[in-house]
Amino acid sequence: MLRFFTMLSAVVLALASPAMAKDKLTIYTYDSFVSDWGPGPKIKADFEATCDCELEWVAVADAVATLNRIKLEGAGSRADILLGIDTSLTTEAAETGLFEEHGIDTKNLRLPLEWTDKTFVPYDYGHFAVIYDSEKVQTPPASLDELVNGDPGQKIVIQDPRTSSPGLGLLLWIKAVYGDKAGEAWTKLSKRVLTVTPGWSEAYGMFTKGEAPLVLSYTTSPAYHMVAENTDRYRAAAFAEGHYMQIEVAGILKSSQNKQLARKFLTFMTGPGFQNHIPTNNWMWPAGKTSEAMPDAFDKLVKPSKSLLLPADEVNANRKTWIDEWLKATTR
Amino acid sequence: MLAGLAAMVCIAGAVATPMLALVAIAPAMPDLSADYLGFVWSITRFTVLQAGLSTLLSVMAAVPLARALARQASFPGRQAILRLLTLPLALPALVVVLGIVEVWGRQGWVSTMLQQTGLTGPLNIYGLSGILIAHVFFNMALAARLLVAALEQIPPENWRLAAQLSFSSRHVFRHIEWPVIRSALPGIASLVFMLCIASFAVVLVLGGGPRATTLEVAIYQSLRFDFDPPRAVLLAALQLSLCAGLFALGGRMATDIAVMASVGKPARRPDQATAKLTDTLVIAAGLTFMAMPMLAIVLSGITAPFDVIVTQAVFWRALVTSLALALAAASLCLVMAWSLLAAQRTIMRRRIPSRAASALMSSMQAAGSLILVVPPVVIGAGWFVVLHRTGLANSAAPVVVAVVNALMALPFALRILRPAVVGQAQVHDRLCASLGLTGMQRWRLIDLPVLARSLTLAFAFAAALSIGDLGAAALFGSADFVTLPLLLLQKMGSYRSLEAAGIALLLAGFCLGLIWLAEKLKPEAAAQ
Amino acid sequence: MSGADIRLDELQFAYPGGEPFHFSTSFDAGSFTGLIGPSGSGKTTLINLIAGFEEPASGNLYFDGVDAAEAEPAERPVTMVFQDNNLFAHLDVFTNIALGVSASLDLSGDDRTEIAGAMEKTGLSGFGHRLPRELSGGQRQRVAIARALVRDRPVLLLDEPFAALGPALRRDMLRLVSTIHKERRMTVILVSHDPADVKFAATHAAFLDAGRVMANRPVDAFFSASDIPGLQGYLGT
Repeated sequence: MLRFFTMLSAVVLALASPAMAKDKLTIYTYDSFVSDWGPGPKIKADFEATCDCELEWVAVADAVATLNRIKLEGAGSRADILLGIDTSLTTEAAETGLFEEHGIDTKNLRLPLEWTDKTFVPYDYGHFAVIYDSEKVQTPPASLDELVNGDPGQKIVIQDPRTSSPGLGLLLWIKAVYGDKAGEAWTKLSKRVLTVTPGWSEAYGMFTKGEAPLVLSYTTSPAYHMVAENTDRYRAAAFAEGHYMQIEVAGILKSSQNKQLARKFLTFMTGPGFQNHIPTNNWMWPAGKTSEAMPDAFDKLVKPSKSLLLPADEVNANRKTWIDEWLKATTR
Repeated sequence: MLAGLAAMVCIAGAVATPMLALVAIAPAMPDLSADYLGFVWSITRFTVLQAGLSTLLSVMAAVPLARALARQASFPGRQAILRLLTLPLALPALVVVLGIVEVWGRQGWVSTMLQQTGLTGPLNIYGLSGILIAHVFFNMALAARLLVAALEQIPPENWRLAAQLSFSSRHVFRHIEWPVIRSALPGIASLVFMLCIASFAVVLVLGGGPRATTLEVAIYQSLRFDFDPPRAVLLAALQLSLCAGLFALGGRMATDIAVMASVGKPARRPDQATAKLTDTLVIAAGLTFMAMPMLAIVLSGITAPFDVIVTQAVFWRALVTSLALALAAASLCLVMAWSLLAAQRTIMRRRIPSRAASALMSSMQAAGSLILVVPPVVIGAGWFVVLHRTGLANSAAPVVVAVVNALMALPFALRILRPAVVGQAQVHDRLCASLGLTGMQRWRLIDLPVLARSLTLAFAFAAALSIGDLGAAALFGSADFVTLPLLLLQKMGSYRSLEAAGIALLLAGFCLGLIWLAEKLKPEAAAQ
Repeated sequence: MSGADIRLDELQFAYPGGEPFHFSTSFDAGSFTGLIGPSGSGKTTLINLIAGFEEPASGNLYFDGVDAAEAEPAERPVTMVFQDNNLFAHLDVFTNIALGVSASLDLSGDDRTEIAGAMEKTGLSGFGHRLPRELSGGQRQRVAIARALVRDRPVLLLDEPFAALGPALRRDMLRLVSTIHKERRMTVILVSHDPADVKFAATHAAFLDAGRVMANRPVDAFFSASDIPGLQGYLGT
């Protein structure tokens, strides 16, 4: 058995030692960002064309896992940049002391709000939304309140805030709208909830299979169906109270040996070379300057009347309490 | 004997190292407030409840199905059905959950049928019933397959005797089948129980929400969103000791039936003809229950854009990775299982085992059993820390995934191989000793041919488990290390559910192909 | 119950891919026939056919003139004792014997007395609660014979049941079978590889070669004959 083990490792080692010559920038991100159909490969090509360097994507399962990996690796991390966490995690990430100020010019940013974080730079954003199946729902809820108080027979699938970003997004959305009354809102909403899935994929899969007419997702979800499947059957419901925002960011590691190059990448990230690939590859809104017109489908999307976002510090300080509140309200 | 000890050390190390590593990086005491303990108590209760019920139902459904399949040795398509029983293990939970929703959900086939006939409104499976349906789907098949293997070990003379003594099928059950089932059941039930304890996506999705929180969910949460490794390790240890405790209780009920190896020609079973009708009904019912979600998976996969899938380089990379992992994990699993069993055989050969020897033996049993309930998220994170500190994080990832997969398959392999190995030991040990046949020579000439059938089945289970595994593979996943289930998950996660359905279908196909290949390549049983 | 006569009429059988067997012979009621012949000559197959464990391709089999070729094993007037695995390993001696009386183990007081009698006759008194693994090889076969006693069928087939035992023990067992044969007048067929055993215990001897019964005669006539093809070579005389 030992021999088998050593043989296998030898083979693996031989396969995994690329020749190194140019400067290399290593970026940790979530895996769908760098999948063949994600923006990663295109961004890599565009960036390498400008920098005479090599960009290495290291993909980890999802955003939370990327941060956990940085925590596990500590100061010995290979990463120069972490890309992919959202604002519900930025305070926690900053508190690790492993990140340093980005120090770049953010004039290219295009966000619905002013960006003040000095550690992390946003690269895209989206709004959470309830997506409905227009073949089954004639009058979608027009507000979060209508969703909460609506017909319990009309079911919604949501995600678990303990295990998924959209799940946490809805938790914060309800907190932002209802404040101290969030628990009561959850109790009412839970009558409409068909089930709570651990991740976005299960929920969205159940929704497109027709098991529930409503699902928690993003305002940009209909764009995918319009562009790739040529259908506007699935639509986002515009909510009067506004929509909670998710802003995805990147930051530089203190331990990076390539900070010059890392800053160059972050600046590049806010410009067209990066941003042009966001809409139809990551299905989010670009957070910086693009040089191409937005696809038609994006024009047809719901534009939130108001963007809701709780301060990152507040989220970080209260997340456990709010999750407990949610648990109590929904398991009663 | 040495190999057995090495395997045991390897297993214990593979499990204990990550847990210790996680404690080492954050040695703070976890939160043990009364509130939190109350929460842990309530989820522990639910965990045991759902796993216990799932096990009970799976096993109760498996016994008649296994009897029917074992009895009707020439049932049309029997071999295909037996292969199909290994398949659920290879399907990622996410795929199965969607298949089950399509059959049993509010808008599912069964609901639609019931509504059209005006019997009831839509079914609502979300809650305990949904969890049980999914767990029975996964585990009835597993338990039935293992029971069929056990029943096939009955020596043909028993059937001749039964024929002569005019046993009815009730007598056959009482005097021949039940003793075999009874001796196999504790092992099978404990395996199913562990799988249900560790079940995660099924419990959350079909459980209808946070009411259905299990320890596994809490471990996942504490290691990921809360990043509280000590708490995760504590909960994992709780889960581990819970199972160990239950098995210690169950172990007292377990009996080792004396397996009688026979040189007789295979005999016709006397109850085959009379039970044909009921057996056909039982097999049809079991098959319908099993096949419906699988059919749903096939139907959603069949329209997938296969031309798109197979022209993507990443698909082929994932396929090669998955197959290589499955082969490596299954081979490694068999080597470890064999080492453990050979060591146990050596201990047993001494007629009256010393106290130390029997303690060693039971710890070998336990070592090979409990890995299934150490959450992959803990193993993965812990090993990641270790490998990172040693600078091997990237190069060693595939090796660790293969080893972890092999370890996860070990409980299956041990349950399949143990009775056969023990039986062979009784028959051949003295003969081999007198002929001076030992080591590799004995393995090649005696053990391999005689155990071919069990080895093939164990290999099939291990390969299926590894090919469908997401847990271990996902934790080390990088752009260069993509397996088929991982690719499937990525497609699911970026709206490409149709491609994902196609990949699920291909995954199932490759798994069946692998099992078929293993059966073709098995050495001919020399004893016949 | 006394013995039944057995007649095999052009009974044909072949294992897949094997040479065909072709049996024609008869066994008188109450006879004790020793079946000898080279290995592979079809001894076990012959008694398996009589017991109903193999189905003949063609031909007839009569017990007391009644055709039984289609009958299930349990419907035939036969008890068979195998070379090995005659006992259910997890059941004790008493229960193993009792299965010969009632498959559901519903035992009357008379049944118990009968079982006790059979155990005494086979020298198993006091062993009722032992499990098969706690018995010697000879004792295990005694249990199988005790079960045959309580079943009390007209025909007793023995497939080399004592082959594994030492010479003295084998003689004891043969004496036991012989005694039972005399008392019950059952028809006994013993497959053996030792002509001395046949001379010792049987009234008749039959010689099989290449799937055929070459001769079936009273013991004295059999062993003094010189006209049986292949027998001399087999016996090495």
